[in-house]
Order: sequence, then structure tokens, then C-alpha cells
Amino acid sequence: MKILICISDVPDTTTKIKFTNDNKELDQTEIQWIINPWDELALTRAIELKESLGEKIESITVINVGPAGSEPTIRKALAMGADNAIRVDADPKESYFVAYQLAEAIKSRDFDIILAGLDSADYNGASVGGMMAELLDMPSVSAISALNIENGKVFINREIEGGTQKLEAQTPFVAIVQKGIAIEPKIPAMRGIMMARTKPLEVVAPANADCLTENIVYELPQPKGACRKFTEENVNELVDVLHKEAKLI
Amino acid sequence: MTLLVYAENREGKFKKATFELLSYAEELAKSINADVIALSVNEISPDELNKLGHYGAKKVVSVTDEKFALLDNKLYTSMIANLVEKENAEIIIFPDNLTGRALAPRLSAKLKAGLVSGVVSAPSSYDPFVIKKKVFTGKAFADVKVSSAIKVLTLSQNSFGIKDPSGDTPQIEDFKAEAVSEKSNIKLLSVDKITGKLLLTDAEIVVSGGRGMRGPENWNMIEELADVLGAATACTRPVSDEGWRPHDEHVGQTGKIIAPVLYIACGISGAIQHIGGISSSKVIVAINKDPDAPIFEVADYGVLGDFKNVLPELTKAIKEIKGS
Ligand SMILES: Cc1cc2nc3c(=O)[nH]c(=O)nc-3n(C[C@H](O)[C@H](O)[C@H](O)COP(=O)(O)OP(=O)(O)OC[C@H]3O[C@@H](n4cnc5c(N)ncnc54)[C@H](O)[C@@H]3O)c2cc1C
Repeated sequence: MKILICISDVPDTTTKIKFTNDNKELDQTEIQWIINPWDELALTRAIELKESLGEKIESITVINVGPAGSEPTIRKALAMGADNAIRVDADPKESYFVAYQLAEAIKSRDFDIILAGLDSADYNGASVGGMMAELLDMPSVSAISALNIENGKVFINREIEGGTQKLEAQTPFVAIVQKGIAIEPKIPAMRGIMMARTKPLEVVAPANADCLTENIVYELPQPKGACRKFTEENVNELVDVLHKEAKLI
Repeated sequence: MTLLVYAENREGKFKKATFELLSYAEELAKSINADVIALSVNEISPDELNKLGHYGAKKVVSVTDEKFALLDNKLYTSMIANLVEKENAEIIIFPDNLTGRALAPRLSAKLKAGLVSGVVSAPSSYDPFVIKKKVFTGKAFADVKVSSAIKVLTLSQNSFGIKDPSGDTPQIEDFKAEAVSEKSNIKLLSVDKITGKLLLTDAEIVVSGGRGMRGPENWNMIEELADVLGAATACTRPVSDEGWRPHDEHVGQTGKIIAPVLYIACGISGAIQHIGGISSSKVIVAINKDPDAPIFEVADYGVLGDFKNVLPELTKAIKEIKGS
């Protein structure tokens, strides 16, 4: 079985978001880039499967749409345990554009399971996996919180509104994963970091793709007013305020 | 021209989020002089279908074919795309929840229609089409311009509100979707339903616990408070990682992003990754024994104290109000 994981690099989750150029651009000066947390869990699960199933998992490939600057993130994925990587050399402008680039790069290759994260911690499109699946004319299953392979069959749990379903899925398909697929991301070991340097990273030229949306301006949320404090002794007053002033209860 | 709304039901009843979607769609429809059409999938009573009209749908399209009994993203997308074409829909609106996130991106790619997910208000302009959404997990907003003729939106819950159900009885129509003939790639083996419990993503009030709650044995206090408030329960990531609470309650950057009217955070420090998931809440109440806990920076109201003393007091005081 061949597994592909789509990875994007996003600002570290502790980043204080700021904008420049009249709020038209993200201020990147102090940003640390990391693998999108959902993608990192997807990759972690693929590696776990390879560890338990051995050669039945023929290869783990990661793919990223990004400029050369995203290679440290790709190398980190290789250090975690991916076998090889593909980078589509384009600025990831918006979801449709990225999904299109992915689909173009993937369609001539052969994968059984393509993993993508449910959301991304930057523009929160929650969209690339589904769009890519449609462009590839492949089935997709979303919000997967467990993925197992037994005797060549793929079993998944997916969360739906109001419950969890256990499903058997035929390959090939796009698995859009969330929390639960793995719990703690795999941390690259020294040996992995050394090996990552020589693992194949193929750079492919971008396809001609349209953009359907454009972020024209950003804004930060209104700063909160001061917090009104209460103590253990006057919880009643808080309830009064919530009831009479805020009319929330 | 029409606006198509994906009207989701849970166990045969339409959800509040669906009524909010319709209220929102009606507002947009007024601005562009269009009609709202609601799509309902799976068997549901005529009374329920009529409600969709009361909240703004002129017409309700009902799909009851067996092949849509199980949510298959690809099949559903084909069916909805057929309907978009048939009804000449220009804006398609989904809830920003698991269902919307499963379907909206596929539909967007199929129709080559720009997608804006997590929309928080009505468009600020229709030509060009510009609309506001959340980005960076609630840390900022973006105004997004959509250049395609057809647009797909997912609406963030509790961002618009629900109008009075004063609309007329809608026209109800069956839709057969015969063109969708493919077979699903998934087979259902079993379902684990959350029954009798308010869903986190539907709730207007959420009571949430963090590591400061010490252990699962103290959650009865969270549940009792949630009970009197008619609230759903949530937790922080370490709490679900430890297995104190199920994963579907994990809120934050890597869990669910919610926007209730009232969020009560108990024993939660307020890490930036957690705040990302709750910052769109209208009002935040924090209960924490550490006066320097960062949660107080984002909270509107705070109680400095031990949850063991605060929670029972809170529950008692609210019971009194509710009782009177
Ligand atoms: C990539 C990444 C993604 C993450 N995503 C998420 C996410 O999606 N959601 C999330 O929640 N976290 C996430 N985290 C984790 C996050 O950084 C914090 O570790 C976590 O939110 C802290 O959880 P907590 O507030 O429950 O626990 P703590 O930080 O341990 O806070 C416990 C709080 O309880 C208070 N307390 C203790 N005892 C009492 C008492 N008796 N009465 C009242 N108060 C008491 C303490 O003062 C303290 O403020 C993520 C981290 C990373 C690195």
C-alpha cells in the first residue's frame, strides 16, 4: 500500500498574528513555521502503520505546494519518517489553487490512501483535501479519527454530527483526518534528521491554475474590555449580572 | 436566481443551526432579489419540512433516496451539483460543521465556485462579492473577495442569529437525483451515536473543564452546571489526551472551534491554542484559582477561586433563578 500525505506549513500555534502593508499582508518577520498540526498527526499515523505492518506499507510520500522556503518543513516530515517528498514549486495562494496543484501532481502517480488534514491553522479553509479529491474524481471521507489496515482492508472511524461511524473504505480514497488519528506527533530522532538530508525531494513545476478567492484585507478582533472579577464569596453577584445585565441565563 | 441552503437534521428534527442558515440566506436573498431553496436529505416529517419555510425557504427540495442514507461526500456532491444546476443557484450555504466541511469543498471544486468557510457576517458587497471570515483559528478576520459566478459559503454558528419564524408554508418538492449512479466506496459497520446530549457545536452555552479540574471524578460538577443551563460540555486538549473526556469534546486550535453565546471555562489556563477555539464566544466566564492565569485576559467575567467551591455555588444560584 502506498500512502501520500499532503502537508502545509503554517505559523507555529503560539504565534501572535500581526499584519503589515495596511493590513493587507501577514507580518512574517517573527513567525516560526511548523507542519500544520493535523498533517503532522496524519503523517504520524502513516509512520505508525508502517512500523506495525512493515513492508505492506510500500512507501510514505509527503507532498507540499510551496516555495523553496518551505523545504525545512518538508525535511522535518522526512526526518519524522516519510520516505520521499514532492514539492510543487508555487506560492500557495488560496485553497482551490493549491488543491489544483496537488491534483495535477498526484494524478499521474499511484497512491492507495491520500491523507490530508481537516483544517489548516493559517487561513482555515478546511477545504484543500475535499477539493483535491473532487478534482481527482476520487472518493473522500472527512473527519477521520482512526485508521487501521487489517488483511489489506482499510477500517476507519469518522466523526459525523452527533456520533462516530465505523466504516470499511475501499481504496483509493482521500482520508481527511482530525485529532484522534494519532495523539502525540512523532518527534524526529537524530538518526532520522541525518537520513532526511539524503532522502529524495522531487521539485515539480506548477500547473496553470486559477484562483477563485483573494483575501483583500485583514483585521484583528476588537480588544476585550477589562475582566470583571468576582470571588468565591460573591458568586451570587456574578449570576445576577449574567441574568439581569447580560441576559444570558 | 436562487440561494441554496443545506438544511441538516438530527434524528428527524432540523437543527437550530439550520434555522440560522435560513435566516442568513433570507437576508442575502433580499439584497440580490433571489429566492431561498432548502435541501433536506433523508426521510423527515412534513411538519418539520414546513418549518424550513417559516424560517425563510420558498421551496424545500427533499431527497429521500436510499443511496443517500449514508453520508458519502462524492455522491452527495454530485447530487447537490445537479440541484444547483436545476435551480440555477448562485450562492450555496452550508453550516460550518463536520457536514459542511465534508461537502462544501468538494462542491466548490466541482462547480469551480469560490469557497469561503467560516463566514461570520453578510457580504459587505455583492459586486464584487466580498465577505468576512475567521482566519488563524479565531486570531483574526479576513475580507475575502470571490471572483467566480457561483459562491459556496459555510456559516460560522451563532454568528448571525435566528429570525422569527414568520414565513409561509413552503412548496415541497421531491428530487430524485437519478443522474447519480456511482457506488459508494464506504460500508457502514457500526455507529456510536451521541444520544440525549446537546452537541457541542449546536450549543448556545458551553461549560468547559481543564486540567485544573484534577481528574474525571470531578466532572459531575461540570455536568450539573451544564444541566441547569441546558449547556453542552467541553474540555481542553490535555484533558481529552488523558482520556478524562472523549475527544469530541476537545476545543481549541487542534480540536473544535466553537462560538457559543456563553462559554464557562473552569480550571483552564487559557493557552493561546485553546483560546483560538473559543475566542468567538460572545461572553466568556473564567473560574480559576490563579489570579495571573491568561484566561482572565480574554474573559469578560472571572471568578478567582477553587472550582470545588465555585461550581456548586454557581449551580445553586442559577437553579434559584431558573426556579423562580
Ligand atoms: C500544536 C499544539 C496544539 C494545541 N492545541 C490545543 C487545543 O486545540 N486545545 C487546547 O485546549 N490545548 C491545545 N494545546 C495545548 C495548550 O498549549 C495547553 O497546554 C492546554 O490548553 C492547557 O490545558 P489546561 O488549561 O486544561 O491545563 P493547564 O494549562 O494545566 O491549566 C490548568 C489551570 O487550572 C487552574 N487550576 C488548578 N487547580 C484549580 C482549582 N482547584 N480551581 C480552579 N482552577 C484551578 C490553574 O491555575 C491553571 O490555570 C496545543 C498545544 C500545541 C503545542
